Amino acid sequence: MELYQKTIHEINDLLDKKEVTVTEVTQAVVNRINTVEKSTDAYLSLQTEAALEAAKALDDELSGRAKRTPLEGIPYGLKDNMCTKGILTTCASKMLYNFNPPYNAEVYDRLIEDGGILLGKTNMDEFAMGSSTENSAYKKTRNPWDLNKVPGGSSGGSAVAVAADTAFYTLGSDTGGSIRQPASFCGVVGMKPTYGLVSRYGLVAFASSLDQIGPFTKDVEDCALVLNVIVGHDAKDSTSLNLEKIDYTQNLKQGVKGLKIGVAKEFFGEGLQPEVRKSLEDAIAIYKTLGAEIVDVSFQHLDYALSAYYMISSAEASSNLARYDGIRYGFRAEEYNDLVDLYKKTRSQGFGDEVKRRIMLGTYALSSGYYDAYYKKAMQVRTIIKADFDQVFGGCDVLLTPTAPTTAFGIGEKTSNPLEMYLTDIYTVPVNIAGIPGISVPCGLDNNGMPIGMQLLGPILSEETLLKAAWAFENESGLTNLKAPLGTEV
Amino acid sequence: MSLTREDVTYVANLARLEFSEDQVTALADQLGAVLDYAETLSGLDTSKIKATEHVLAVQNVFRKDEIKPCLTNEEALANAPESEAGCFKVPRVME
Repeated sequence: MELYQKTIHEINDLLDKKEVTVTEVTQAVVNRINTVEKSTDAYLSLQTEAALEAAKALDDELSGRAKRTPLEGIPYGLKDNMCTKGILTTCASKMLYNFNPPYNAEVYDRLIEDGGILLGKTNMDEFAMGSSTENSAYKKTRNPWDLNKVPGGSSGGSAVAVAADTAFYTLGSDTGGSIRQPASFCGVVGMKPTYGLVSRYGLVAFASSLDQIGPFTKDVEDCALVLNVIVGHDAKDSTSLNLEKIDYTQNLKQGVKGLKIGVAKEFFGEGLQPEVRKSLEDAIAIYKTLGAEIVDVSFQHLDYALSAYYMISSAEASSNLARYDGIRYGFRAEEYNDLVDLYKKTRSQGFGDEVKRRIMLGTYALSSGYYDAYYKKAMQVRTIIKADFDQVFGGCDVLLTPTAPTTAFGIGEKTSNPLEMYLTDIYTVPVNIAGIPGISVPCGLDNNGMPIGMQLLGPILSEETLLKAAWAFENESGLTNLKAPLGTEV
Repeated sequence: MSLTREDVTYVANLARLEFSEDQVTALADQLGAVLDYAETLSGLDTSKIKATEHVLAVQNVFRKDEIKPCLTNEEALANAPESEAGCFKVPRVME
């Protein structure tokens, strides 16, 4: 196995034994980027030279030091909606084509503090609105398992960088499935932590009550390692939880004997690809052999989650994106008559179609006469969905579902019908509505060789249990650090 | 329920957006379809349900009112399309 194909914990072993240097590791992944990035287009901008310099400096420093921390010297990528001082942060939008943030996102500061090596900023749907990364104003990212298919979205670039071995790990953001769905489509591990667990400071806001940052990794152990660094209280984010730190690797390998895993028929309904269903049934069988108890659970109101999600997220987006006015930063239209015209021209030329659609939907849902029918109603439905999850987790520890109804679809296949695109998020959005954590892990391939994802959900702050359940499955099934065929053809 | 072209134009003004005639027609269709889908919500009786704004019971978070380092004037203006004398510059608002 090539160096760039390894997991973080495998690289850690080599670095700790001084069998490789940080420079060798970084050079290996930079070479990999030079070979495959032109096929996958995962990155919007690259910092490979700065990465190699940082690697060299770290090697010099590590030579005189016995211990290193688990992410020290490991090259990674960040979704381009996390602020990086001195490095453009565009959100894949023309609106922020020249935006150089004056401060760092808290997660970036934590990774700098921990000695991470930033390779670049990854592509995404503009302002994280989309399910295929096709809404980027700059480029189309391709799925390494089939270059004619989408990587999912909105964190498509982050998923692809890990799947194509052009980063050891990446961070994404998940508002309605934007980490889990692309992880599923690209055959990697992706986790959305409990709302409030990871600071959102410096994450460009989409829907503030739903947004959460989380990792993409090659296996579950790596997910725990990254989580260890990015989780923690931050006074700069007033929704950040102030809890005692835990080491997510501690109980990772304890197994699932006696764990109650719930299966709800509402997640296996109409529109589910037969191979996805089959793959999930196989996963359930594996859990049984591992000694987990499989229990039937059911939801009363899950059908309402998607509608509530699109109302809440669009309403919050319309409010959050009001700041893009062409005055303080970002794009400004060249020609305009007066101040209001400046706003209109700037926003109409700077935002892409999907972003405008969401702003329109959100503005409508918040406008006089419709607020009660749409926005307030959606917030009430949120209470009901939360109660539904509470009741389900009264009967099980973990809920097992498909991550998405299908495997990755073709580029251009769903772009003309927004509603059809929204429906691809049907199994992921209820999680954000309830604020609970979820992880997607690979659980097989369909007949065309495209990855299938299994989603594990748990109550608020159950990350440790989810990781334990995910690790047990991965270990037993051998579906770990999967390699897309891309690696062999180039 | 469907959305009229007038609805689209009215909301566009609220959102400070402009659309061509064709775009207005397309938006009326597309947003209408999403709103029709969202109509399912109206079938649910929520008259006795409290709205959840935030999923966690985090209340107001206060800190001491202390002066801390912040952006300099230069840093704050660095990304501005136009600035003058330490201020953001906008087109004339008053006649």
